[in-house]
Amino acid sequence: MSAHAHNPAVLHHFADAEQQKESATLGMWLFLATEVLLFAGLFLVYTLFRWKVPYVWVKESYLLGITLGGINTAVLICSSLTMALGVHAAQEGKKKALIGWLLATMLLGATFLGVKAIEYHEHWEHHKVPGLNFTYTVPYDNAHPYKVPEQQVFHFLYFCMTGIHGLHMVAGLSILTVIAIMAYRDKFSTTYYTPVEMAGLYWHFVDIVWVFLFPLLYLTGNHYTGGH
Amino acid sequence: MTPENALPKEHYLNHGYGWKSWLLTTDHKRIAWLYLVSITLMFFLGGFAAFLIRLQLLTPQGEILRNDTYNKMFTMHGVVMIFFFLIPSIPATLGNFLVPLMVGAKDLAFPKINLISWYIFIIGALYVLWIILSGGLETGWTFYTPYSTSYSTSNVTAATLGVFVLGFSSILTGLNFIVTIHKMRAPGMTWFRMPLLLWALYATSLIQILATPVLAITMVLVAVERFAGVGIFDPALGGDPILYQHMFWFYSHPAVYIMILPGMGVISEVISCFARKRVFGYKFVAVSSLMIAVFGFLVWGHHMYVSGMSPYAGMTFSLISYLVAVPSAVKTFNWTATLYKGSVSYDTPMLYVLGFLGLFMVGGLTGLFLASMGLDQHLHDTYFVIAHFHFIMVGGAVMAYFAGIHFWWPKMTGRMYPEAWGRLSAMILFIGFILTFFPQFILGYMGMPRRYSVYVPEFQTLNVLSTAGSTILAVGYVMPLVYMLWSLKYGEIAPANPWRAKGLEWEATGPIPAWDNFPVTPTVTEDAYNYPQRPVAEIERERAAGRAEGRMPELASGD
Ligand SMILES: [Cu+2]
Repeated sequence: MSAHAHNPAVLHHFADAEQQKESATLGMWLFLATEVLLFAGLFLVYTLFRWKVPYVWVKESYLLGITLGGINTAVLICSSLTMALGVHAAQEGKKKALIGWLLATMLLGATFLGVKAIEYHEHWEHHKVPGLNFTYTVPYDNAHPYKVPEQQVFHFLYFCMTGIHGLHMVAGLSILTVIAIMAYRDKFSTTYYTPVEMAGLYWHFVDIVWVFLFPLLYLTGNHYTGGH
Repeated sequence: MTPENALPKEHYLNHGYGWKSWLLTTDHKRIAWLYLVSITLMFFLGGFAAFLIRLQLLTPQGEILRNDTYNKMFTMHGVVMIFFFLIPSIPATLGNFLVPLMVGAKDLAFPKINLISWYIFIIGALYVLWIILSGGLETGWTFYTPYSTSYSTSNVTAATLGVFVLGFSSILTGLNFIVTIHKMRAPGMTWFRMPLLLWALYATSLIQILATPVLAITMVLVAVERFAGVGIFDPALGGDPILYQHMFWFYSHPAVYIMILPGMGVISEVISCFARKRVFGYKFVAVSSLMIAVFGFLVWGHHMYVSGMSPYAGMTFSLISYLVAVPSAVKTFNWTATLYKGSVSYDTPMLYVLGFLGLFMVGGLTGLFLASMGLDQHLHDTYFVIAHFHFIMVGGAVMAYFAGIHFWWPKMTGRMYPEAWGRLSAMILFIGFILTFFPQFILGYMGMPRRYSVYVPEFQTLNVLSTAGSTILAVGYVMPLVYMLWSLKYGEIAPANPWRAKGLEWEATGPIPAWDNFPVTPTVTEDAYNYPQRPVAEIERERAAGRAEGRMPELASGD
């Protein structure tokens, strides 16, 4: 029927490569819109409780410490840079550079998950894992000398939000692995690199979620001075 | 009429044989069939639960079920009918089949994702099976906290996870439709030349994409809360049950439009074909779908007037709930205006459409009763609510679904269903429906609460009427199942365009679509529903001649 029948990268049901690329891009953005609303539910719960019990939020946030979270933030922002450079390399058809940047991105992503695991382990040692091992800090403070259930809620939300974000990181790493293998097998060219771009979009999205999680969870208690 | 006694040699149904050609297919038309079979099973499962409920309510003291079994039955009925039948009904079956055909494409944008969405649906359905086998669920389909967090002894976690999983099937279908409609329209198919079903499905898909994830995360929170014993929603642990209701209805009100909007699209298609007229005010009907989708996101609070909400919030929600009735009314008035001076024929799909118009109007107007804060104090959680949403969901959405299935059956199977049986069962369905649900308006107004397995003896007469109606309704549902199955083998071979309808799916595909839909990509040169304007008397003459033949006539040479 037309010339595209010879281009193996264009699937049977698309009219041409451009239509295929535009479809993939729109589909990815719609998927990210879904993801935004998924996280929005968690942010809503966070906001409501923070408004209800701000003093709990400040103190429990303080307990998280900012060192490891801060390192992770830097790691992820760097990984966004390497990802962007990877997409750029794909556009220019530089296979080696593409694979290199992808591996760098994956390394940074794995570092993030490793640091996160260390943090989770610390929370376990500090008895701050709701449902499994949780100890209330009692007396809470001078103004609120009793244990309040919202203490657990903070850490519960912390684990839900960072946990779901972590799952997205794992998914992102798997996607990047596939993309790297595809790149190694010469599946991409200067005219066809849509999967790299889509993986990049997803990766940036997961990074941006963290950019919101970090201040909300870690920095809220940064000015806590230990009671009134 | 050119007699066509044989189907074409090659078409999508005989393109491959064996279970692999079905279970691993990426053809949107076959996936539509996978969904059709699955949701039909779910429909009869949910219907069976409903039938037990009605049997129980035959007598004031309820002889059939234990109280907790009764609770499990209405929960099962709600969960199955809403999440496993109504939400996927039209989009996943007719939508999957028709969207590529209507835009003039070979398939949906992401055929593999389309297949995955069916598998996700099946995984969700297996969760439901697991729940039934492990003793049922008694929280009601809304999973309200703290019933679902602290008090339920049943398998809530499985149910919430099932709904969570299922949500992604719905999201992926919506995503596929939006991309297909945006990017894969055939040359000449501009936005305002699209069939109104596509507009409706587009609006539906927006809701599916933007609302479903909120339900998903809510379900996750309920499950994790049960596991960890932490109070997000449970007041005993410091949680906020009203927050649950807000998050639940943020999805579940728009979900009502996921269920009814595609039905509205089907109505537009069918009514224009059987009135032989372009839908009156096409652009208004098209845009009203989007208006419904947008406003639908802003009214969820009308489910919570008595849950603890400030009167100002209540008034706002009430006002917007009234506003959302406007685009629905625009549609209803325009459909009625389409009939005006049309040349209307009363084949089965049209009978369902006429049933829809009446029942949807009653359902919609009683919705306004419930949207007003004062009256809702009296009517909340009574049978009035049950009657209202069954008028919308069964009288509206299911009627439209049946209209669509009958209308496109010749295209889906290459065969006609038996018309006389079709008309008969449409009538039975309508009568059974009115008898089942109209008494419930009165019962609710008199104060009979929903979800109780017993009631005061004064209510018995109306309950008996309702139960009697439900048996007629059941007949009306079983009949199409039987004759549709029959027609798969014995139905008369259908011509390419038995209704002489407009639209690419009729005009450019042959008697039954080939595996890749169109031999050549079609080009669209005219508006949707461009039925030729001819003197009514002439059409009537032709139709009378056609009746003598026992089949709707082919209309005019100019078609
Ligand atoms: Cu509502």
